[in-house]
Amino acid sequence: MLRKMFLVGLVVYVLGAFVWVVASGFARNEQLLNVACDPTRELWHDINAAFVVQHEHDHGVKLRIRQSHGGSGSQARAVIDGLPGDILTLALWTDTDAVRKAGLIEPGWEDKLPNRSLPYTSTIVFVVRKGNPKNVHDWPDLGRADVGVITPNPKTSGNGKWSFLAMWGAITTRGGTEAEALELVTQVYRRVPVLDAAARGATMTFAQKKIGDVHLTWENEAQLEVQEAAGELEIVYPKVSVLAEPHVAIVDAVVDRKGTRATAEAYMKFLYTEEAQEIIAHHYYRPTNPAVKARTADRFPAIELFPATKVGPTWDAIQKRFFAEGGVFDQIYATGK
Amino acid sequence: MSTANRRVLPGFGLGLGYTMLYLSILVLLPLAACLVKAAELTAGEFWAAVWTPRAVAAYQLTFTVSLVAALINVVLGLIVAWTLVRYEFFGKRLVDALVDVPFALPTAVAGLVYASLYVKDGWLGQFLVPLGFEAAYTRNGIILVLVFTGFPFVVRTVQPVLEELDAETEEAAAVLGANRWQTFRRVILPSLLPPTLTGFTLAFARSIGEYGSVIFISSNMPFKTEIAPVLIVSRLEEFAYKEAAAIAVLLLAFSFVLLVVINILERWSRRYDG
Amino acid sequence: MTANALDTPAPVQTTPPPMRPRQDPWYVRYMLIGLTLLIVGGLVLVPLASVFVQAFSKGVGAYWNNLFNNADTRHAVFLTLVVAPVAVALNTVFGIAAAYTIARFRFPGRTILTTLIDLPFSVSPVVAGLIFVLLFGLQTPAGAWLRDHGYQIIFAPPGLVLATAFVTFPFVARELIPVLEANGADEEMAARSLGATGWQMFWRVTVPNIKWGLLYGVILCNARAMGEFGAIYVVSGRIGGQTDTMPLRVEKLFQEYNQPAAFALASVLTMLALVTLVIKVVVERKMRAQMTRPTEPPA
Repeated sequence: MLRKMFLVGLVVYVLGAFVWVVASGFARNEQLLNVACDPTRELWHDINAAFVVQHEHDHGVKLRIRQSHGGSGSQARAVIDGLPGDILTLALWTDTDAVRKAGLIEPGWEDKLPNRSLPYTSTIVFVVRKGNPKNVHDWPDLGRADVGVITPNPKTSGNGKWSFLAMWGAITTRGGTEAEALELVTQVYRRVPVLDAAARGATMTFAQKKIGDVHLTWENEAQLEVQEAAGELEIVYPKVSVLAEPHVAIVDAVVDRKGTRATAEAYMKFLYTEEAQEIIAHHYYRPTNPAVKARTADRFPAIELFPATKVGPTWDAIQKRFFAEGGVFDQIYATGK
Repeated sequence: MSTANRRVLPGFGLGLGYTMLYLSILVLLPLAACLVKAAELTAGEFWAAVWTPRAVAAYQLTFTVSLVAALINVVLGLIVAWTLVRYEFFGKRLVDALVDVPFALPTAVAGLVYASLYVKDGWLGQFLVPLGFEAAYTRNGIILVLVFTGFPFVVRTVQPVLEELDAETEEAAAVLGANRWQTFRRVILPSLLPPTLTGFTLAFARSIGEYGSVIFISSNMPFKTEIAPVLIVSRLEEFAYKEAAAIAVLLLAFSFVLLVVINILERWSRRYDG
Repeated sequence: MTANALDTPAPVQTTPPPMRPRQDPWYVRYMLIGLTLLIVGGLVLVPLASVFVQAFSKGVGAYWNNLFNNADTRHAVFLTLVVAPVAVALNTVFGIAAAYTIARFRFPGRTILTTLIDLPFSVSPVVAGLIFVLLFGLQTPAGAWLRDHGYQIIFAPPGLVLATAFVTFPFVARELIPVLEANGADEEMAARSLGATGWQMFWRVTVPNIKWGLLYGVILCNARAMGEFGAIYVVSGRIGGQTDTMPLRVEKLFQEYNQPAAFALASVLTMLALVTLVIKVVVERKMRAQMTRPTEPPA
């Protein structure tokens, strides 16, 4: 008797689970999915909490915002494959534009939001072990034979691409030749001990697994990493670095299908409010709102930033030359290994 | 045990029909999608996609570490199977049960814990790293974790054969004047060969495709520690679908060959059963 | 027919032969026993212990907290407990059908069918995930059609079930085929000759006879289903709180600087694995008893 009840219970359970699975394939319209690059987890956690409160206040609806994190390039690929993101908050222009090329975002997306769709900017800095034992202060130091650099794979990670461009630009914008820049990146990448797929993985490798001498990462990730390390790590700001511009965008195809456009647009607008900008600065992303920027200037050391366009004329050219199949990055590994 | 019972036993049509339907939808169709995707490449492009220096390095690495791990498992497996079958000792039942843990334990857990054990300040790493044995983020680590996941195969294929080994044959050999070593070499070893080979091939096949545990402990560097499954995911994340599918097809072809070999070995092994 | 890339061969054996410890020299014996303990201890026991030690490294309170006070972790547990049973159930129905067809009948293509059933074992989990992306991704006709009708397969639980079912496809079938073959069709034919309908025969004769083999296959299938990582990683989209199963959540926690939480969840998975093993040992004993029980002639 007991056995029969158990079996019946099991069958009911499995049938219920089956129904749940089938039903879960239908789109959920009362929530947003923010498809983000890897290291922004903590930032979006706080921003979402704030926005949900405001949204409930304005509309009386308790909104749910889901997050998916991964390497910027990987995430773009996922969205193209059908990951139903309403919002894209990736690491660089190329990845978001790849989604436009696939027809999911309308052209001209860059200008739909203030400041070329940039609620914040960032840059790439160094993280080193306590006391900076390898004496790393500027970009050329990275090419030294005794220095192992940790940075993610440029083909999948925004952090990876920005690191590469920062390295290259640090040479070419200060009078170095293209050949010298090539030499630096070749030396560095040949000696990278571990090439993670995304930013947070690289942070884990450097901070937790204690591999490598220098970690090239986002400014905000560096700050978080050093805080978590409680004295074991320190940040080194090089003299120059790249101006990292992580654009945000609404995925038109998804919001129009789900009917979440209004909410998504409100969410995007929220990012430019002072409240959100304060959160952004709190997490060490450089805010673009002038007032907040002035207020929080002491959090961000002065550093000369050059835009990516200094490295290659356009993003498409940059992508093609450095990161596409057979490009400069591929060449580094193809030869001499 | 007659089996040609279509006229007497019902259910052939229904059984076969459902079997084929489910098999086709869940297995054949998706695999076909992969082949179709890879077929979008011309022969030249296919070759170019699967035979890049980076891919070749990945195949070499995958093949080598899987081979080494499987060989290690043969040695370990024979020792453990022999001991479990022929000797009594305290805790034997527990040891026998523990052999199956790698089957039941999720690969992600295995990878996570192995990585944490062998880092510089891990439980085992703190002793081994100073001795020069770096397991984490090196090839050694991959081999180690593959030894773990493949461990039960040889043990479980050899055990039943060893148990069935006729005591009388051994005693007859002893009576006829063979010493222990000769008995071992001439009587026991030959009958161990088929199951050992089967176990080896099973462990080898499993290691070739292993992903979950390896990514935790490998540094996934192209040309150095990137195994073939990781390469496939990499290519996928770089938007190179067709190339990913092409490499997957190559991997599939190789695994399928292994599958056939395993089936043949099992049939050969069964000839030795009593 | 012994099981293939499947974990253990079906435990078909009679009473084990008597031990002959006196015949091997004592130094050989002790050396081998010592080696065995070292091997199993180092490979298996130490990692198992490490999982639990690291999980509880911040105390029992933190352990509890990590598991139950985090919404995303709770959801991951829920998702695994939903996706795995559904995949296992689908494969069980298939397994029974396939085993019955293969064990009871001879037909052209029988060997090919048996080999095809084994196919998913030789496919790397990553490839298993890839093929579903290739089949149902937005850029495919199937995917686009589904999207237009508001349905999502990959990056949602249905895709997780498909990938899991693929990876664990052969378990139940491979377990049942030898059991059915060993049992023979006599009882079933007897039932038919006594006037039972097909379904009566099936439920009253076939199923009860295979119940231990069925249970064995189901728990193995379930263990693998709950622990699957590679295939799920590719099809899940890693949406926190929505498509993260337990293994994926472990990886995510690890990536978020949260080792104790990662190990806490890993310890739950480990406990599930250990429970699986215990059930397996019990079932094996029952199966051995059933094999050696003399079959009664039909009354």
